[in-house]
Amino acid sequence: MSPTQQEISAEIAAQAAPTSGALHPERRYPPYRSSLLRHPSQPVVALEDPDAVELSGPVFGVTDVTELDADLTRQHHGEPLGERITVTGRVLDRNGRPVRGQLVEIWQANASGRYAHQRDQHPAPLDPNFTGVGRCLTDDEGGYAFTTIKPGAYPWRNHTNAWRPAHIHFSLFGTAFAQRLVTQMYFPGDPLFAYDPILRSVTDDAARQRLVAAYDHELSVPEWSLGYRWDVVLDGPAATWTEEGR
Amino acid sequence: MLPTPSQTVGPFYGYALPFPDGGVVAPAGHPAAIVLHGRVLDGDGAPIPDALLEFWQAAPDGGREGRPGSLRRDHTTGGYAGRDGLSFTGFGRVATDADGSWTLHTLAPPAETPYLAVCVFARGLLHHLFTRVYLPDARPDDVLRRIPVERRSTLFAQEERPGLFGFDIRLQGAPHEETVFLDLA
Repeated sequence: MSPTQQEISAEIAAQAAPTSGALHPERRYPPYRSSLLRHPSQPVVALEDPDAVELSGPVFGVTDVTELDADLTRQHHGEPLGERITVTGRVLDRNGRPVRGQLVEIWQANASGRYAHQRDQHPAPLDPNFTGVGRCLTDDEGGYAFTTIKPGAYPWRNHTNAWRPAHIHFSLFGTAFAQRLVTQMYFPGDPLFAYDPILRSVTDDAARQRLVAAYDHELSVPEWSLGYRWDVVLDGPAATWTEEGR
Repeated sequence: MLPTPSQTVGPFYGYALPFPDGGVVAPAGHPAAIVLHGRVLDGDGAPIPDALLEFWQAAPDGGREGRPGSLRRDHTTGGYAGRDGLSFTGFGRVATDADGSWTLHTLAPPAETPYLAVCVFARGLLHHLFTRVYLPDARPDDVLRRIPVERRSTLFAQEERPGLFGFDIRLQGAPHEETVFLDLA
């Protein structure tokens, strides 16, 4: 018997730690049922190795992206349906330094909340003019920019009547492999925030807020698109360790 | 500055992140090419069909600067051109198949850093996990020495025949079964 939203919400409330300062989700987060068999039960070993290969990382270049990749609305013959948006921001390390020339990848559902993925079979229409994949390299200020459409919310089967708030998946690289990040960007004011165990797995209120983009009217283009701003700060490795490692 | 929190890669990354030749890091026909393969398993020992593995390693000469071109693109079609077959980028990305299996063709890392760094993503995994694959003849380094002896073997690949190495990643299990994961933050 699939749990109800009420049961999941009670579990979310029991796990809440609004001022804990926790920076990332605990990997064991029971309200997100899929986490139960997919988190380590043994302690994770802290690595302090100034010669670690993880202090360097993969590089990407002009061969790895095409200019059209950052515009998800121009990848087919026609225009996708939905609300055209731009999402822009900077990728920084924990010292506030820009991450330059690195790969940013995104993927998302279409305006109806459907992924162009065989395993997403819920009854919302596919859009023949939207795949929902983009990538770009950050510029000298760490900046990235995508043009896309606003994704829809969609149902999933964690529990009965489970709906994911609208989000865009982001994959980011730093200068060190240790800075690798995959995360999700959310849209401000989404009424589904309170109900979603994946977002709520970030139990600290301020940390969770860092996953929500800001609407920025200055970024909106008249008669064309609405603008959102979202900066990303990559974690790890510890600043002192990094300095020693290079 | 405080970091952006991690979120799960979810089930639908398959049309976005994997790319052709993602698991073929070794330049074509290179005499020192090796093959690593294995499965990703959950706490019940069941295969995980929606995990994504990334690999990063030093070049055989010790170089860690990497090379672009892992995801090389075709500017005519907008699709993938595949790797150029010459450059060693040091970076691999492989999605597990329906049986939780993965395969990586690469070059053996240098003796000074005799391991591949691995980053594991999966639906259900809210924050990626780092581990390492050490080749069987690796001498214990500072990292291995810090790991209890009974768990150390989870970081070593097993040579199945010359040039072919097996390495399973178990996300959850008893101390001697669960892969040792490393916190790099």
